[in-house]
Amino acid sequence: MPWFEDIKIGSRLELGSHTFTAEEIIAYARKYDPQYFHVDEEAAKAGPFGGLTASGWHTSATWMKLMIATRQDAKEPPDADGRVPPSGGPSPGFLDMKWPVPVRPGDTISYSSEVIEKIDMKTRPEWGIVRSRNIGVNQRGETVLSFIGQGLVQRRQARQK
Amino acid sequence: MREPRYYWEDFRPGEVAEFGEKTVSKEEIVEFASEFDPQPFHLDEEAGRQSILGGLCASGWHSCAMMMRMMCDAYLLDSASMGAPGVDEVRWKKPVYAGDTIRLRRTCLERRVSKSRPEMGLTRFRLELVNQKGEVAVSSEGWAMYGRRHPGAVVEEA
Repeated sequence: MPWFEDIKIGSRLELGSHTFTAEEIIAYARKYDPQYFHVDEEAAKAGPFGGLTASGWHTSATWMKLMIATRQDAKEPPDADGRVPPSGGPSPGFLDMKWPVPVRPGDTISYSSEVIEKIDMKTRPEWGIVRSRNIGVNQRGETVLSFIGQGLVQRRQARQK
Repeated sequence: MREPRYYWEDFRPGEVAEFGEKTVSKEEIVEFASEFDPQPFHLDEEAGRQSILGGLCASGWHSCAMMMRMMCDAYLLDSASMGAPGVDEVRWKKPVYAGDTIRLRRTCLERRVSKSRPEMGLTRFRLELVNQKGEVAVSSEGWAMYGRRHPGAVVEEA
């Protein structure tokens, strides 16, 4: 990915889409979120969503999956001095995650990420935090996921304290 | 379905409860990361040691998934859970390393009844994953929806 200095507020990445099958919704939920409306198609019909739905964490983790794939496809060119741009760092967490509409079997979710803020780090002058608004939209144009993500990104040059 | 043990009425603001424990294996960290978050520090011990995180550690999305599973096993599957509209905030404060033993701490922060759906109530919890050193590795806050044992009853809050 680009160096922290080269990331522009307002820049937007289309991360591609993912179609959720009943099988993978159930497989994820059996491991991590085995509530009946995520693992049992029959019982889910009488549940709060009127049918089988993906765990919200499954919808969210799939955003990460497509973000990593997008970054790996878009290798940045090296600097003039040969330094290779960074691979990206960890995240301190996220804010304001919403799952406003459930994801159901057969839904195709298109994910995106738009940079909204860049923050200096007091304790780590060689890193910065990039905040992005991340969205998942289904095939009917309904937002199924939104959150403000944060990630540490290396700087080309350490910030002067 | 059988009668759930826990309804909205059973979670009272101020209550703190702990559940667990779970020891996190290298294999499950790599399995989750391979599918959802294939970054080197979630896949490889040497790459983890060389990274800013200092060791092979779970994807934050895996930590959230483990927290969800611990909630399910501790009480959620025996409750009148109606899902959650989202999560206000998650902080990944410390890495969850391979070999760490984590427990779940639940603090009930506040609650209210649903005005539009008398059969439902909402509760805001702080959920934390605490490691074997007593450090909070993951902290989250958010609302969850539960069925009420007594739909529509008047609730007096202290």
